[in-house]
Amino acid sequence: MRIHQHPILSFDKRKTLNFTYNGQTLEGFEGDTIASALHAQGIKMLSESIHLKRPRGFYCAIGNCASCNMVVNGEPNVRTCITPLEEGMEVRLQEGKGHIR
Amino acid sequence: MKQVEVLIIGAGPAGLSAADILLEAGASVAIVDRSDRVGGQLTKQTHMFFGSQAHYASKRGIDILTILFDKIKHHPNLHMFTNTTVAGLYPDKVVACVQESRYFTLQAKAIIVATGASEKSLPFENNDLPGVYAAGAVQTLMNVYGVKPGDKVLMVGSGNIGLIVTYQLMQAGVIVPMLVEAAETISGYLVHASKIKRLGVDLRMRTSVKRALGTKHVEGAQIWQLDEQWQGIPGTEETIPVDTICLAVGLSPLTELLQQIGAEVTYINELGGHVPRLNDRFETTVDGVFACGDVAGIEEASSAMIAGTIAGLEAALKRGYKIENVAERRASLHASLATLRSGPHAAKIRKGHEKLGVKS
Repeated sequence: MRIHQHPILSFDKRKTLNFTYNGQTLEGFEGDTIASALHAQGIKMLSESIHLKRPRGFYCAIGNCASCNMVVNGEPNVRTCITPLEEGMEVRLQEGKGHIR
Repeated sequence: MKQVEVLIIGAGPAGLSAADILLEAGASVAIVDRSDRVGGQLTKQTHMFFGSQAHYASKRGIDILTILFDKIKHHPNLHMFTNTTVAGLYPDKVVACVQESRYFTLQAKAIIVATGASEKSLPFENNDLPGVYAAGAVQTLMNVYGVKPGDKVLMVGSGNIGLIVTYQLMQAGVIVPMLVEAAETISGYLVHASKIKRLGVDLRMRTSVKRALGTKHVEGAQIWQLDEQWQGIPGTEETIPVDTICLAVGLSPLTELLQQIGAEVTYINELGGHVPRLNDRFETTVDGVFACGDVAGIEEASSAMIAGTIAGLEAALKRGYKIENVAERRASLHASLATLRSGPHAAKIRKGHEKLGVKS
């Protein structure tokens, strides 16, 4: 899902970052947010709705709508659309409102 | 509690412009932004701006950002707090901030709220499925992170954002077979509409989305025609095979912080929702709290930069700083803003300001 050719922008090769999504190892790039790295791998479902458990994806990309809240390194309700991806992050789909450790 | 002089919330075009004139006047400035990237919506605007040379015409948004930020980024009186969300504004201008998992408070002498806006959604069946994205979000995904939202997109809404993002999707190699618009005519600039029409996008007026198809993510869109009362006409449904539905259906000002600190807001449909009541110095009904940019009514980046400069100028004067040729500069800024709001496409903004009881 990455853009390789663009008439205005150039997306240079950046440092690869490894992270996990529900235990599965994935690659993203430095400069990605968690949500952009997941989307680049074709993972569109980021959370499920609290009551009806419907799949939810990203929506606003500015940290406003809560549709992309996930569990990151054990912490729930992380706004993955504005949180920079880091090497070794453990990202998980969140259940309900999340459980605080 | 750390003391700051002027605190600006939001590092978009309005906030950065306000910071520039405040620093020039000699004030000390702190800017807080919840993103780790400075620039607000300018970070993804790869298109060239219209307007006059004085207002960065024929420059791309991303380059305007570089000009704006390069001017101020090394200033010793500027303190940047990125990746920091303002969680609350309290009496005596106490500002609660959250940076990752760290919570801290700042106290300011004056505050400029330049929080911008959030994108609206549209009610239709399955509008919560992954693959139904706001147009600005899609623009961010593509132009900031280099990731496509999908392979085939239905665009909803023919305002400038819908038209421009359609073109930018095509630049990224994404197919946009169709754009639907509920109104009878294109609502953005015709020059943008003509461009995508020439490239083969089917522009359908008086048409909207009935439902998104799919269970885990979008696998198609069912559209239908609308009657004079904006109701769907049964029997006119068509299925469009797309994996993404992009909503460009307007924005709402992010006034929560202003409301929390007690600034008076009024609902003005033409300006996008609740907007603060401002005096001609862009100060809200709370002394020393200013507002500028989309949070004060949905417009565009060009007017946000001028409004930001006005709010910054007035905040500097209020703090007792001298600004050379202040009367002249103020008049010229207000005249520029009036020019931007004078065209036929700004009729809605003028009507909104009329309802709010201010001069456009």
